[in-house]
Amino acid sequence: MIKTKTTKIGDWVIAGFCLLLVFLCLTPLLNVLARSLSSAEALVRNEVILLPVGFNLGAYRLVLGDPKYTWSLAWTAMLTVICTLVSMTMTVLCAYPLTYDQLKGRRFFNTYIILTMYFSAGTIPTYLLLKDIRLLNNPLVLVIPSCLSVFNMIIMRSFFYGIPESLRESAELDGAGPIRTLVSIYLPLSGPSLATLALFYAVGRWNGFADALMFMNKREYFPIQLLLYNILNSVTSVEVSTQEGFSSPGLSETLKAATVMFATVPILVVYPWLQRYFISGVTIGAVKG
Amino acid sequence: MDAMLGAQTARPSGKGKKFLNYTQRYWTLYLLLLLPVVYFFIFRYSPMAYILIAFKKYSIVQSVWEMPWAANNGFEHFIKAFSNRDFFYALRNTIMLNMLDLVAGFPMPVILALLLNELAFKRFKRVTQTIVYMPHFLSWIIISGLALQLFAPTSGLVNIALGKFGVEPVPFLNDPAHWVGTYIFLGIWRDMGWGTIIYLAALTGINPELYEAASVDGAGRFRKIWNITLPGLRPTIIVLLIMNLGRVLGSEFDRPYALKNNLVSSVSNVISTFVYTNGIRGQQFSLTTAVGLFQSVVCVIFLLAANALAEKFGERGIW
Repeated sequence: MIKTKTTKIGDWVIAGFCLLLVFLCLTPLLNVLARSLSSAEALVRNEVILLPVGFNLGAYRLVLGDPKYTWSLAWTAMLTVICTLVSMTMTVLCAYPLTYDQLKGRRFFNTYIILTMYFSAGTIPTYLLLKDIRLLNNPLVLVIPSCLSVFNMIIMRSFFYGIPESLRESAELDGAGPIRTLVSIYLPLSGPSLATLALFYAVGRWNGFADALMFMNKREYFPIQLLLYNILNSVTSVEVSTQEGFSSPGLSETLKAATVMFATVPILVVYPWLQRYFISGVTIGAVKG
Repeated sequence: MDAMLGAQTARPSGKGKKFLNYTQRYWTLYLLLLLPVVYFFIFRYSPMAYILIAFKKYSIVQSVWEMPWAANNGFEHFIKAFSNRDFFYALRNTIMLNMLDLVAGFPMPVILALLLNELAFKRFKRVTQTIVYMPHFLSWIIISGLALQLFAPTSGLVNIALGKFGVEPVPFLNDPAHWVGTYIFLGIWRDMGWGTIIYLAALTGINPELYEAASVDGAGRFRKIWNITLPGLRPTIIVLLIMNLGRVLGSEFDRPYALKNNLVSSVSNVISTFVYTNGIRGQQFSLTTAVGLFQSVVCVIFLLAANALAEKFGERGIW
C-alpha cells in the first residue's frame, strides 16, 4: 500500500489534536503544582504559570505541621484500606456463587441484586434507616452502607465466567468443595481483575465525600475531600486559619494549592501502575451482565 | 459425617438422593451468599419501607407505620413539592444540565476514540491514552479546586492568558450563564478520555479486512471512518445513548455540590442538592422523600421507555 501525501499530513494533524488534549489534561495539574511551590508574593503578582516562581516548600511544611490535616490524611488512608478490603471480600462472596449454573435459586438471587441497581429508595429513606440502626455519625457509616457495588460485582462475575469451567470440574473430581475451588483456583487466576476492582473501590473511597457530608457530623471522622472542600470554600485566609487550624494566615492561595496537591498525589502515584489492568475491567463491565 | 447421614436415610428416592447430593456439595455456596444477601436486604431493600413517609405526616416519635396519613389522600407532599419554587428550579436545572451534558458531552468520547484510532504513532497513542484517562480519577472536590484556581477572575491562568489578548476577565464560575458552560466543560474534561475505553474496545471487534478492501477500492480516510468505523460503533453508541437518556432526570450529587457557589444557585441547584439541603439539613423528611420517590419512579420509566425504543430500532437493548 502506498501512503499518499495527504494521509501523512492527516496523521500529523491528528497527532496535533491529541497533543493539544494531552496539554489540556495536564495544564491544570501543573499550574496548581507550580502555585503550591511558589512564594505568596509571586502568586499575588500573577507570575506563576507552569513553573514555580520563588520556589519554596513553605505551604507543604505548614500543611504537614497541622495535626488536623495530617490526621485527616492518615484517617482517610486507613479508611480507604479498610473499605477496599471489606468491599473486595463482599464482591467476591457475591459474585462467585452466582457463576455456578447448578446453584438453585440463581435467577432469584440475580434479580434480587440487579433490581437494586435500577430502583433505589433514595437519600432520605437511607438516612432514616441509618438513624434507626444507630449508624449515623458512627465511623462505620463510611464503610458499610457502600461496601458492595452491583456494578463492580457484575464485572467480577464476568471475570469469573472467563475462567474455564473444566478447571472447576477437575477440582470437584478431586474432592474440592466450592470454597476450596475459590481459594486455590479462582482467586489465584484473577489477579488483574481483583487489582482493577480494588482500584475502583479505593479511588471511590478516597474521592468520596457525599456519605460523610450527609451521615457524619463529627469533624474528626471527615475524610480528606470534605476537609478540602471546607478549606476551598472558606473565603479568606483568616477563615482558613481559624476554621481549619492553620497557624499562619496570609498564605491562603499557596495553601489551597498545596492541599489540593495532597489530596491528588496519592491517586496520581497509584494510577499508572494499575492503568494496564483497568481497561479490561471497564470493557467487561460494559458487556451485558 | 455427611456420608453417614446419607446412609441412615432409609433408601431415599431418586429425586431425594439427588437433592441430598446437591445440598452436600453446594450448601457452602449459600453460606458465601449469606452476607451479600443480608447486605442488600438491610441497605437497599429495607430503606424502601421508609418511602411510605412520603405519604404520611412525619413524626419523630412514631414509627413509619404509626404515622397518620398526609392530607389530600396522602399526596399532600407531592402537591407541596410541585408548588415549591425551589423544587421547580431544581427540576428545571437537573433536566437542563443533563440535556446539555448529553448534547455537548456525549459525542466527545466518540470523536476522541476515532482520533485515537487513526493515530499513526503507536507509542504516542499509548501515552495519550494514559494521560486522557487520568482526570476521571480526580474527585469533583479536587476538580473544583483546580477550577477555582485556573478560572479565578484576576489571578487565574485562563484569565491571565485571555488578558494578554486584551479580553476582559470572564467570570467563569461566578455568573450563572458562564457557570453552566464551565460545569459542562469540566464534565467533558473529566470523562471524555475515560469514555473512549468502551469505544476503543468496540473498534477492536471490527474486521481489519474491511479496511484493506476499502483501501483497494480507493476509499480515503474519511470514507473509511464513515462507512466502516462508525457503523462498527453503532451498537455501542446506541446502548450508551439509551442509558444516558434514561438518566435525564437522574442527578449526581458530587459534581453540582462541589462546583456550586452562592452567586450561581439559580442554575446550580439540582434535585439531589435540593434533597440534601431541605431533607438532611432542613429536616423536611416527608417532602424530600416524596421528591426522591418522584425522581426514582421517573428514572425507571425513562429507562424502560428508552430501552423499548432501542429494541424497536432493532438494537438489542440493555438487558
